[in-house]
Amino acid sequence: MSKARRKASRKTASFKIEKKSQKVMAFKPRLSLSSSIIAQCRKMARDITQPVQDLIGNRTTVAIERTTLRLLGVEGCITQADGHPMPYVNVVVDQVRRHGLLSHGVLKTVCHVMAARNQSLDDVVSGIAKGEIDLSGITPEDLRVPKDMIRDMQKHATVVVKNLIEKGRNKDRSKNRKVWGNRDPLRYVIVATGNIHEDVTQAVSAAKNGADIIAVIRSTAQSLLDYVPDGLTTMGFGGTYATQANFRLMRKALHETSAEIGRYIHLTNYSSGLCMPEIAAMAALEDLDMLLNDAMYGILFRDINMKRTFIDQYFSRLICSVNSIFIQTGEDNYLTTADAYDSAHHVLASQFVNESFALRAKISPTRMCLGHAFEMDPKIEDGFLYEVAQAQMIRQIFPTSPIKYMPPTKHKQGDFFWSNLYDGMFNVCGQMTGQTIQLLGMATESLHNPMMHDRYWSLKNANYVFNNTRHLGEEIVWKKGGRVEKRAQEVLSHTHAMLRKVKKQGLMESISRGWFADVKRAPDGGRGLEGVCEKDFTYFNPVWDALELAAKVKASAKVKL
Amino acid sequence: MNANHMIAAYGDLTDDGFMQLNFTLPIPCDDVAREAAREMAAKMGLKNIQVATMESVTPTHTFFVVVGACEHRVDLSKIKVPKLEFKPMKIDAIDALIQKEIGRKLKVIGCNTGADAHTVGIDAIMNMKGYSGDYGLERYKMLDAKNLGSQVSNEDLVAMIQKEKPDVVLISKIITQRDIHLKDLQDFMTLVKSAGLHEKRLMIVGGPRITNKEAVALGYDAGFSTGATASVVASYFVQEWIKRGWK
Repeated sequence: MSKARRKASRKTASFKIEKKSQKVMAFKPRLSLSSSIIAQCRKMARDITQPVQDLIGNRTTVAIERTTLRLLGVEGCITQADGHPMPYVNVVVDQVRRHGLLSHGVLKTVCHVMAARNQSLDDVVSGIAKGEIDLSGITPEDLRVPKDMIRDMQKHATVVVKNLIEKGRNKDRSKNRKVWGNRDPLRYVIVATGNIHEDVTQAVSAAKNGADIIAVIRSTAQSLLDYVPDGLTTMGFGGTYATQANFRLMRKALHETSAEIGRYIHLTNYSSGLCMPEIAAMAALEDLDMLLNDAMYGILFRDINMKRTFIDQYFSRLICSVNSIFIQTGEDNYLTTADAYDSAHHVLASQFVNESFALRAKISPTRMCLGHAFEMDPKIEDGFLYEVAQAQMIRQIFPTSPIKYMPPTKHKQGDFFWSNLYDGMFNVCGQMTGQTIQLLGMATESLHNPMMHDRYWSLKNANYVFNNTRHLGEEIVWKKGGRVEKRAQEVLSHTHAMLRKVKKQGLMESISRGWFADVKRAPDGGRGLEGVCEKDFTYFNPVWDALELAAKVKASAKVKL
Repeated sequence: MNANHMIAAYGDLTDDGFMQLNFTLPIPCDDVAREAAREMAAKMGLKNIQVATMESVTPTHTFFVVVGACEHRVDLSKIKVPKLEFKPMKIDAIDALIQKEIGRKLKVIGCNTGADAHTVGIDAIMNMKGYSGDYGLERYKMLDAKNLGSQVSNEDLVAMIQKEKPDVVLISKIITQRDIHLKDLQDFMTLVKSAGLHEKRLMIVGGPRITNKEAVALGYDAGFSTGATASVVASYFVQEWIKRGWK
């Protein structure tokens, strides 16, 4: 940000963040784990993410530029030659990129045209999208934005960001909305019919049977779409498209259900894939509570280019930070490719890295739902003890983060009687180790997407176990030097060694060697690299500036834990 | 098998036909619902029906567990299943067999096609570590196995086959909502046949909802479902390769 603009945005942006005493329950450590090793791990994670953050700092992506336009209120789609609707923001950013102007920020070009033609933002955007305004002939040297227009845009951006803060604050004030300090882990279930109207029916049913958090799984290909589909959708596969209209419909239904049953129902979706920041913006606008948002998931599991992912995750997390969205990291996925026992330290190492990236985007630890999973081969002797050890260890290492615990999936094979028992053991483990969010297992995992009664008996299972073992954790003192404690110490020490190795090699090189989750990805491989662009020193994006400023102010106003 | 090849479900006694089932009906939980569930079970051929549990899932949906004795019998003599003929072998024996009978490495590529992002199935078969103690194909000395991962488009896979010329192609399908897996598989086979790539090549499908019968009907050589580990799949395709006299 240039000096002049920094000054200007300081002047226009006056974010007041009220201090809110959020009750955070810090867990009393029970396993003997070296606090100096833990501190060293955090320090190494900071060193690991620093060079990546430097890379993020001077780059933008097509997704970020599209998000910027969306936040400024750009809506609408155009029907393409093949009959598919394409959002205006995509067409405009694509045009700007094709004419070699993206490094200055999409707004620079848009403002330039606004000034030249004396037209509004909406007119210019739709004009470019419809092909009425031609950008050819405009060179980077031509781009001129009058000072008063810069100021207007900055004001506009400040209003937008203030609105995001206000919406976030309203969510925090919502009656009964509480992630921390619940007597049981929050019961998290997914709906995935592919049809948003059916999803609503299923979600409301789950909520009434005890679910606290509803995740609408996305259609299986959406993470690789470089645009966000529009409108209410009914034809997803393995899930339902994330669209702003779908978000709105589900949010409304769950608010009504919350009011009816007197228990707050959280809504979550996926800020991942090629539209990571756009989904974050839509979620913020439609009052979602949480988002799946992982710094490395897209790289490892969707083969999205790592630079693209790192840059996009930062911007998306700025939005989450400002809008009080809880982020959920996806380390549980590591255990579907790597072995849950042998590679437990991949999970913990990644949690440290995710935590560090999130802190750089000013997300409070109290809003980081760090993920892990109960995925060990059930044939392992004493496997339950090791699962307990890891769950307890993670609980202790991140005492103020709402830990998200994922159920067994990999070793389920269709015998749902057995799977129901397996999920019961998982629920015991979650309750006794004080996990904050329990994603409930589905007994019919590996057969089909969860059906209404699958979710029903899964909730029945959790309701029984959570109530019946409510204070089990408080009664347990782990044996000094016993199997559980030793296992936790072992995973922590492996994590320490792994982070040391990653720090030495650098994060990108480590990923390309397959050190995380046994998946290898090259720095210039994967999808979406063409959408990454180095910023020119005159790069103009007042939304980004305002988000960063607001996130910083917000972080400094946080209550001490 | 009894004399007339007719079999019934077995609960406690031969031919008692005993079964348990569960389902949801989109109606409120009341006496009408109980009777509706009973009738549903009766239409499925159950006698001595007991509605074991009837619980309200929503004000308009009711969950049932129903038990009863199914009157239907199945005639085994009329069942035709295209059965894969092969002898299950272990990794070392398979490697030795390829060495002896084929004398070169067999090239295998595997992936999950279409929009399906699930790698759990293909990973279990391909990756070094394998699944449930059964090593994956990458571990076989006489196989050159390559896992392309998930979300490989049919077109990309065809291009890959043209480039790599694999002997065996493994396709995993996990997502089956609205039978998308069948459409993907069908489309792929059309592409492969029009490109003339199906000659002297084994095409195999796997997934929880895949049956051999279905796979064969779609033009594939074989289909494997849940529980088939790498050594099972490899035993099949190596023996099939030899049986066809291919080199």
